[in-house]
Amino acid sequence: MGANIDYGITEEQQEIVNLIDDFGKERIVPVRAELDEKGIFPSDLLKELAQMDLMGLYIPEEYGGFEAGQLGFCLAIETMSKYCIGVSVSYAANALGADPILIGGSDEQKKKYLPPLASGEKWAAFGLTEPNAGSDAGGIATTAVKKGDKYILNGTKQWITNGGEADIYTVFAVTNKAKGARGVSCFIVEKGTPGFSFGKKEDKLGIRASATRELVFEDCEVPAENLIGREGMGFLLAMKTFDISRPGIASQGVGLAQGALDEAVKYAKVRKQFNKPIIANQGLLWMLSEMATKVETARAITYAACRTIDSGIKEVSKISAMCKYYAGDVAMSVTTDAVQVFGGYGFMKEYPVEKMMRDAKILQIYEGTNQIQRDIVGMALVKEYASA
Amino acid sequence: MNIVVCIKQVPDSDKVTIDRETNRLNRAGVPSIINPFDENALEMALQLKDAHGGKVTVISMGPPQAEEALRTALSHGADEAVLISDRKFGGADTWATSYTISLAVKKLGDVDLVLFGKQAIDGDTAQVGPGVAHFLDIPALTYAKAVEVTGETLKVTKVTEDGYEVWDIDKPCALTVVKEANQLRMPSLKKKMAAKKAEIPCWGFNELQPDEEKIGLAGSPTKVSKVFAPPVKLNKEILSGEPAEMITELIQKLKERNVL
Amino acid sequence: MSTTKELWVFAEQREGKIAGVVYELLSEGQILCEKSGYTLCAVLPSADGASLCQELYNFGAKKVYTIDDPKLKDYQNDYYSRAVAQLIHEKKPEIVLYGATTIGRSLAPTVAVMVNAGLTADCTQLDFDVEAGNLLQTRPAFGGNIMATIICPDNRPQMATVRSNVFKKTKVSDSESGEQVSYNVDLSAVPERMRRLESVHEADNTIDLNAAQYIVSGGRGVGKPENFKIIYDLASELGAAVGASRATVDAGWISHHHQVGQTGKTVCPVVYVACGISGAIQHLAGMQSSDVIVAINKDPDAPIFDVADFGLIGDLHAIVPEFQKQIAAAKA
Repeated sequence: MGANIDYGITEEQQEIVNLIDDFGKERIVPVRAELDEKGIFPSDLLKELAQMDLMGLYIPEEYGGFEAGQLGFCLAIETMSKYCIGVSVSYAANALGADPILIGGSDEQKKKYLPPLASGEKWAAFGLTEPNAGSDAGGIATTAVKKGDKYILNGTKQWITNGGEADIYTVFAVTNKAKGARGVSCFIVEKGTPGFSFGKKEDKLGIRASATRELVFEDCEVPAENLIGREGMGFLLAMKTFDISRPGIASQGVGLAQGALDEAVKYAKVRKQFNKPIIANQGLLWMLSEMATKVETARAITYAACRTIDSGIKEVSKISAMCKYYAGDVAMSVTTDAVQVFGGYGFMKEYPVEKMMRDAKILQIYEGTNQIQRDIVGMALVKEYASA
Repeated sequence: MNIVVCIKQVPDSDKVTIDRETNRLNRAGVPSIINPFDENALEMALQLKDAHGGKVTVISMGPPQAEEALRTALSHGADEAVLISDRKFGGADTWATSYTISLAVKKLGDVDLVLFGKQAIDGDTAQVGPGVAHFLDIPALTYAKAVEVTGETLKVTKVTEDGYEVWDIDKPCALTVVKEANQLRMPSLKKKMAAKKAEIPCWGFNELQPDEEKIGLAGSPTKVSKVFAPPVKLNKEILSGEPAEMITELIQKLKERNVL
Repeated sequence: MSTTKELWVFAEQREGKIAGVVYELLSEGQILCEKSGYTLCAVLPSADGASLCQELYNFGAKKVYTIDDPKLKDYQNDYYSRAVAQLIHEKKPEIVLYGATTIGRSLAPTVAVMVNAGLTADCTQLDFDVEAGNLLQTRPAFGGNIMATIICPDNRPQMATVRSNVFKKTKVSDSESGEQVSYNVDLSAVPERMRRLESVHEADNTIDLNAAQYIVSGGRGVGKPENFKIIYDLASELGAAVGASRATVDAGWISHHHQVGQTGKTVCPVVYVACGISGAIQHLAGMQSSDVIVAINKDPDAPIFDVADFGLIGDLHAIVPEFQKQIAAAKA
């Protein structure tokens, strides 16, 4: 959260922020460089977050969650992202994996799968992307063929966050090819199901602590009761999931940019050249001012999206896409500038800002590239002004 | 197992600065924290409770604001908290403090284990744990880094100067706990919210009914006779320039002082 | 002045060997007894103390109270505190000094409440007020930023613990004479509430920080864990132990065994070299009683320079290897 700006944060939300801020300083900062360098999945940190009652912030109380709402959950992601978005994406991807169940699941499915996710006993992942279906989610090739009381899944999912680490996967597969996007369905697949295996862990530019793997389905039998909603509802479920997950990505951007700004200002005050701190140079000071203003505008639009969702308004695609691309772009620009403020030191791994810059790039790519987000905003505009 | 953890609220020494004019501490605005070693005692208690069930009660003797430290302990997972506070307890040294705390532990009743941090970072005395144990007439082991429940007794590993010792000790007993033992878990959100509203009883003179001769200033054999700034370093020398020259000069000066 | 009044030093022994700090306390005791006119005595609980007395005489003890019992062979808090407290009750010494070891810091506070005595921990200076007859016990308070002098005007004995290396050892001669007073304590009435199962000495090739004559310490300025190598290299050249600030330990760059400071170890070597340590109070508390402090830091405003005897302003990554090189060259 920004200093000295009133965002109308409640006492409970403030507690969430304080708790995660302490967690970031005490638990993430000491290990983040190593997690990044060696590509270690932050299992211990997620276990501790579970013990802190923070894994179920997004889950309703009746299923064992804390029901902190979209804003409460996004404040958690934002605060964690100040310290490491490799960790915060591993945390937030649980919600992404669970969202299709929350949105379209039956009461039985919710009762079965949400409580262990809320307690942190189990982790979740979301399986949509494929080698030939990225932004074009309609190009899914994984198939699910119904056989008696089972569906047989075949195909490969790619770049799945928490892949291999998660226990519960929401997987999208084609049940009726002829119907295109309307022929996609969503299934709950548990780790350990015969025919379900994982590919290698990807070696990435950034968010290296997070696990990104292929999900491989070879005649994988999934009970028919694991279908979420009805056949053909998959695409809609994915879009509705993105509507509420994109503010989470935006929160990653806000937090990451804030973290980079914090580092840059602190450094600019102590780094001396020509016998004065570099912050005394107007050129540099103005850079910091721009960075701070970008962070705050990104935060404002992200909170606006969260409040819109919390208010119960159904049509949130536009504001969600807006905050996602805006905050993602801000994160890329602010982290790049932070490296610039640090000069040669910024390029070195001894300082945290080079990692922040590497990490930022993914925010412009995943959960729909920032170009796709602009398409969504544009399409919303066309629709809004159709009658004008 | 019923476990009592005695904690102390201390100023965060990482954030204390020195007033260069007066050589005194700038304590204003310095946050108060739970004494770091007491955090290890609390975590040891919570782990024992996780493994064997029971109840963890935290107690703290201090001014009314020490209640904050108790609430923090509750947010980390302690079940109950009691503040020991009374103007009449003021000015207590470790002797009177040990006596007063022992009365509170007795009042809590059925206790199997009393835990302390190995020392407090503001006083560094390490005296209250063994003192309380004696007033309670229970055995005490200092510098504990691990504890295991073995039937009716406890198996305790204690740190020594050059290694460790393993002891078998009867319950109830008192242990002082070192940092190596563990790391305190983070608070939980639900417990933190509950801790804000928790009722924390305050036990003072009336509740503990102490012997008036043994509390506060009157019960403290030690008196502070004077307080002064530490002697400043004379002949301080600051060297700058090329590393090789600085080091040559330094080595020569160290030799002149007969320390090299 | 009465000659019957006594100053005692607790003669801590482990496996039949007297702890080094005992000789330091006896040496300081000689000075205090000169001022007070008290008789310097040692108190030695053990299985068989006779053979250990001579060295205690050599460091100035005129009298050694030996308390022999198989139960006192190794330290056990209940037995030791009973033995020492009973002897105190009977002989009423004026002053009892203990080493601030893991043993002394268990025994002294227990005895203090048993005999209703005041106890001052970790004194760095002891003096005697001849007029009032009080022991003046000076210790650092709050992280060493304030010194406090503590007295116990109304209670006897006055008791204090002192860390090792605070006082210098001064042997009187190699053949001093003294009196061994055997004292019996009936320990059969003390319930056996704790039993030592095992005592392990860990072979550690690093030099013990508490006993080290030289210490080279690294702080956040070291930059990253790998860079501790230059700290180790200099230390090995100097025959020094390696210390570290809390920040580096918390960051996981080095194990907490190396931590110097309030929540780590308190050290007082002959020379302490602080490399890239800014000098938070937390750290200063653990090292500022070192004889000579050398600080290497690129920030001339770092608080570490306030306590340093020698301040080197510059990049430790250049200065520390140079230090090592010149020490090596001087040895060659």
